[in-house]
Amino acid sequence: MKSSVIVFPGSNCDRDIADALVKMQFKNQMVWHKETNLPKSDLIVIPGGFSYGDYLRSGAIAGKSLIIDEVIRAANAGCLVLGICNGFQILTETGLLQGTLLRNKHLKFINKDINIKVMNNKTKFTSKYKINQILKINIAHNEGNYFTNSKHLAEIKKENLIAFQYCDEKGNINNDSNPNGSMENIAGIFNSKKNILGMMPHPERMVDKLISNTDGVNLFSSLLN
Amino acid sequence: MKFSVTVILKKDVLDPQGKVVQNTLMNLGMDNLKSIRQGKFFEIEIDEKNQDIAQQKVDEMCKKLLVNLIIEEYKISRI
Repeated sequence: MKSSVIVFPGSNCDRDIADALVKMQFKNQMVWHKETNLPKSDLIVIPGGFSYGDYLRSGAIAGKSLIIDEVIRAANAGCLVLGICNGFQILTETGLLQGTLLRNKHLKFINKDINIKVMNNKTKFTSKYKINQILKINIAHNEGNYFTNSKHLAEIKKENLIAFQYCDEKGNINNDSNPNGSMENIAGIFNSKKNILGMMPHPERMVDKLISNTDGVNLFSSLLN
Repeated sequence: MKFSVTVILKKDVLDPQGKVVQNTLMNLGMDNLKSIRQGKFFEIEIDEKNQDIAQQKVDEMCKKLLVNLIIEEYKISRI
């Protein structure tokens, strides 16, 4: 399976995701944002980081870069697209995913391992997880507070497009287990065709027992299926 | 031709920064302070003599990049 990781000035999780993809047997290529041709890819990853120093709004400038037209074209043709952290923010700025990421409720940058629950395992991204499985996974962001209009929120709930919700160790989804103030504790969403996933937590940081755990592995093995 | 663009979070979107600034000013003794919303300000110069066309261009800039219409609203003024 071929993957492409898009790199912007200020991306800083691009090597981590590339390592994770190679470890999981993807044939990966790095693609600089100024490119106008995307290599043939089954999966496009928009990595985490601080593209363009978060100028204007997180992801706003990267969302208008040259390669993005190609990403949008590929996504509309059914290519799988994964946006992690800043990548999720960029995907909302391109319009590929609806809603936006506001500043964390308590205005603090949060870098810690939290729990999320798998809300839909009938997708190409999550098929190897069990439904309601609880994952321990790292978040590191300042703008992760998911916000969308009430019509879209109703739609994603009805169509089962919420990928992950923040929860506690026992799986309770409530205000106490919501680290950043996201609506409905949303940590990740799909588009309506479920070929695009945007998520704030970092699965690429959870693929090796030596440095963390392996709760992110099944996301990549689902994609390989 | 010069324009100013003010971008501010919509009323129903929580503005924690504005709230913190407000609380701090109240701590400084500004008792009659009612509310503060924090926003962004752009000064834009356009090489165009026709005001309608220039204003249209600025509006396009707002919609394409400067403003996230999901959470923000904006106001354009000639300066």
